[in-house]
Amino acid sequence: MIPLVYALQGAAALPEKSNDGYVAAAYIVFLVLLLIYLAIMSIRLGRTERAVRKLRKDAAEQSDAPGQSRERETV
Amino acid sequence: MILALLRKELLVELRTLESVPGMSLFAVTTFVVFHFALNQNTVEGQEAAGILWVTLLFAAMLGINRLFVADADQGGFDGFLLAPVERGALLLAKAAALLAYLLVLELVAVPAFGLLLLGPSLGQALPGLLAPLALGDLGVAAIGTLVAALAVRTRARDLLGPLLALPLLVPVVIGCARSSAPLLAASGHTDSPPLRWLGTLALYDLVFGLIAYAVFDFLLED
Amino acid sequence: MYSRGLRALSLSTVAAFCVSLSLVFFYAPIEAEEGFLQKIFYLHVPLAIVALAGFVVGGLMAIAHLRTRDQRWDLCSYVTIHMSLIFGVGVLITGSIWARASWGHWWVWNEPTLVSFLIISLLYATYQPLRFAIEDPERQARYASVFAITAGAFVPLNFIAVRLSASYVHPRVLGSASNLPPSMGLTFLVSLLAMALLFTTLCRYELTAKRTRMLLKARSRILGFQ
Repeated sequence: MIPLVYALQGAAALPEKSNDGYVAAAYIVFLVLLLIYLAIMSIRLGRTERAVRKLRKDAAEQSDAPGQSRERETV
Repeated sequence: MILALLRKELLVELRTLESVPGMSLFAVTTFVVFHFALNQNTVEGQEAAGILWVTLLFAAMLGINRLFVADADQGGFDGFLLAPVERGALLLAKAAALLAYLLVLELVAVPAFGLLLLGPSLGQALPGLLAPLALGDLGVAAIGTLVAALAVRTRARDLLGPLLALPLLVPVVIGCARSSAPLLAASGHTDSPPLRWLGTLALYDLVFGLIAYAVFDFLLED
Repeated sequence: MYSRGLRALSLSTVAAFCVSLSLVFFYAPIEAEEGFLQKIFYLHVPLAIVALAGFVVGGLMAIAHLRTRDQRWDLCSYVTIHMSLIFGVGVLITGSIWARASWGHWWVWNEPTLVSFLIISLLYATYQPLRFAIEDPERQARYASVFAITAGAFVPLNFIAVRLSASYVHPRVLGSASNLPPSMGLTFLVSLLAMALLFTTLCRYELTAKRTRMLLKARSRILGFQ
């Protein structure tokens, strides 16, 4: 009985609304961190894919003109 | 073997006076700065313990930064590796040297602290202070030597040394400051510092001493 | 090589999070003392536990690297520690939000877990600067492993030291985790599992990406382009 009274007093002291905001903020921060990480990874993946395409193209050109690949200058 | 290395370290320090005078001067100057920063004539209790330990810690950083610099810059590492010596010996010798520097530092800094900033008399607190000082020095020596070896052959050695050492030394600061606080209190206790903190300090020193000894070899390989 | 099972891992992670979030918001009871705010517990504490485990595991992987000299262990150690640092930042932010909601301040010193995490994050924040300050790759890996082992051993000791030094003015649900009612206990365990799966999935993902880039570079060089 008495603990219940204290709990109710405590609940009245801090309005429930503001607490919801904090809980939401914490979960949102977590989600945002995760999304930022995924965004960075996807940018990197895009770069990797571009590199693969370039490699494929260069390899195809090399097999078309085998003698000339040695003179290619490195980028 | 370790003694021979240690002798060499101390001789070099005596001749060049690179670390210890700088550390001591830094400590005394820092006390002056604290006086102006806190705008207080005396400090006591936990505040006094905090100021003393922070100053000692930062002065130790100066020594740590310089510990392996001569070896790295002048090829001392190669010379050591060529000798038929166990590599852990270098760690022990350097740590013992750092310990010696810290002891001399404290011989200057602690009386200076008693003179400049401490409210209660230092004489009463001193016997009790010896234990935290000793255990703190051991901790700083072990961790400081390891961190110095880690940082010296990187590009930003002056920066990385303190950045690595300070978090690792937080438990040492906790132990030393907490155990010294009752000794420096205004009511002038003469009893010994709380055993709990001393015990934690000793345990921490032991664990990190062992870890440092175990991993040090890997730093010297090339 | 690291991507084996990545799809299954990702799907399990998503499933685990769905279950965990449902439990958190629809099943676990409202706690008497803190009210709805206590729900942060199911996010903050699993983040903390997983981050800490990650740091220690990173240290263990570093030991394996030094013993076997296999560079793959070093890569695993690096990724694990990096991920734990990111999770650690999450711990600090969610902990700070919780502190603000509970006691009105964005930072409190009497919450030992939060303080320990601050110290540990400050320490591990030097891991990458240390690595990038050493150019020779073999030495970089070796020095990084030494750091990872030292810091990994430091993590539990730091916790003990800070816990000893804190004053327990505000006891919290964190400390009383052992006497949780079973419904809360279940929710907590599922949340912990979900977080651990997320950590593992992201690490695997990162390892796969890194290895792919390395392979790509190697092939390019072999073929004569760069």
